[in-house]
Amino acid sequence: MKIFQVAILLGVVALLWGLNFFFEENINPYILRVIINCGIGMILAMSLNLVNGCAGQFSLGHAGFMGVGAYMSATITTVLNLSPFFQTDLGVGCAIVTGGIAAAIAGYLVGLPSLRLKGDYLAIVTLGFGEIIRICFLNIESVGGARGLSGIPPKSNFFWVYLWVVITFVALLRLLRSSYGRAILSVRENEIAAESMGIDISRYKIVAFVVSSFFAGIAGGLFAHLQSFIDPNSFVFNKSIEAVIMVVIGGMGSLSGAIFGGIIVSLLPELLRVFEQYRMVIFPLILIILMLVRPMGLLGHKEIWEIFRKKASS
Amino acid sequence: MLQAFLQNIINGLAQGSVYALVALGYTMVYGVLQFINFAHSDIFMLGAFAGFYLAKWLSPAVSNPIFLLVSVILGSMAFCVAVGLTVERIAYRPLRSAPRLNVLITAIGVSLFLENLGQIVFGADPQVFPSLIATQSLLGGEGLVLNNIQVIVVIVSLVLMVLLHWIVRHTKLGIAMRAVSFDIEVANLMGIPTDTIIIFTFTIGSSLAGAAAILYGLSYPKIEPLLGVMIGLKAFVAAVFGGIGNIMGAAVGGIVLGLAEAFTVYYISSTFRDAIAFGILIFILLFRPAGLFGTFRREKV
Repeated sequence: MKIFQVAILLGVVALLWGLNFFFEENINPYILRVIINCGIGMILAMSLNLVNGCAGQFSLGHAGFMGVGAYMSATITTVLNLSPFFQTDLGVGCAIVTGGIAAAIAGYLVGLPSLRLKGDYLAIVTLGFGEIIRICFLNIESVGGARGLSGIPPKSNFFWVYLWVVITFVALLRLLRSSYGRAILSVRENEIAAESMGIDISRYKIVAFVVSSFFAGIAGGLFAHLQSFIDPNSFVFNKSIEAVIMVVIGGMGSLSGAIFGGIIVSLLPELLRVFEQYRMVIFPLILIILMLVRPMGLLGHKEIWEIFRKKASS
Repeated sequence: MLQAFLQNIINGLAQGSVYALVALGYTMVYGVLQFINFAHSDIFMLGAFAGFYLAKWLSPAVSNPIFLLVSVILGSMAFCVAVGLTVERIAYRPLRSAPRLNVLITAIGVSLFLENLGQIVFGADPQVFPSLIATQSLLGGEGLVLNNIQVIVVIVSLVLMVLLHWIVRHTKLGIAMRAVSFDIEVANLMGIPTDTIIIFTFTIGSSLAGAAAILYGLSYPKIEPLLGVMIGLKAFVAAVFGGIGNIMGAAVGGIVLGLAEAFTVYYISSTFRDAIAFGILIFILLFRPAGLFGTFRREKV
């Protein structure tokens, strides 16, 4: 079994590596860029899905954690000038992981006080923290302040982004199928019932929040090393909303749904380029209509394979 | 020193009464339906633009400034009520029995929709709100400024708040409203037409936002489609500060927030102006989540 898993892992890495070369040779850079953006969208959506969809805690500050990851990793590779190692692929990878860890710590610090609150209050407090994080970056001159940070090595290519997509997917799937995952789901279903079954609900909320922040930080780091330029405006409230829309479209609590949502929300601006001006009007309209017509999102709580399995058996 | 202190109190009161009026809209809807009407801040923004166009259209015809001001305020209130009720009918009513998260997401969707529609219709550039009344200095001491606009803002808000208090405390509708906010299902069983009461709540909330928008336009004559976002957040903080669902609390919360902001700008730095609201919010939610005047109900099985 173990060998089997390692083989799959190596196969996936090889496949991504091959695809990377194939895409860079044969696809026009614009489309490749869109594909990479979709990958970052997927990571963001899957990570937020853990908090919003699985744990049922509505967070509106996801862009803030993404910002922490982006700034932390960019600081290591660009500002600090530690060693030439951090200009290489592997070094950037390390920096991105560090960014993710920083985001997880930020998530812990934010989550500890705010997860005592519920529903609307939690939404507004996470929003507040997200904005505070952004205002902090705005006021730290060593990372560029309002001017932003430029000259970040553009190392995020198809391979690295999709490797992280796979890692995020596998990690979250494993987490959700473990006892931790079951506990997190039970918090969503009914806090009081979960608590009376002996589940430490605040602990599991924090776990979900920290893991989610970690992957948001990773998405931020990849984003920074894709754009090679970040400024505090890259992580405004609208970015958090975009992440929420991804989760809601896909179906709250569905990992494959989140991937789906991530793709749709990242692709839609490109498809609607003709209606550039109306893009941000169409987005919220979709959200409202979806809530009215199909409040559970496209997939609901289910995963895409569960739906097909049901169809096959019936 | 004393003059600066008094000046900050004047500025804070004028700003705070606008927050208070907007906060009342949040708190009333929350009291009845238990959700944050995110679109409220954008109704405020639309009210400001309604007043902007109405003033442009009316000012050549009407010469009396008081009459002009009153008609612009009333027009903006009417427009806001129309928008508020449309939003309630289309977006919120079909979700009355849906989970609260869905209503919250819908409210955010409506808010974004109005903001972005505003950017297309009105353009993203700020517009200058016409000065309906010539600014006159009433008390021009050294370092102390009090003009008629500030007095008008405070007086109009006070009148509206007293009126609201009277409606909620002493009319049949107000009693029904309080009953609905206490327990919507039991109120319904007692024969209170809950939908009508909810419509009535949205009417009052939106009209207060309309009035607040004009008062804001008078004192800060620069309006833009994203104007509502910050005001809305701060008004929400004010509502939470006073205890959400509590009308008195929202009024007090708005004033306190306005004062806190004025003092922060003067004594610390103007870059912390927006951070202080969130700071207060986090502080309040951590130490007294029910707010200053709120009562905390523990959830039971």
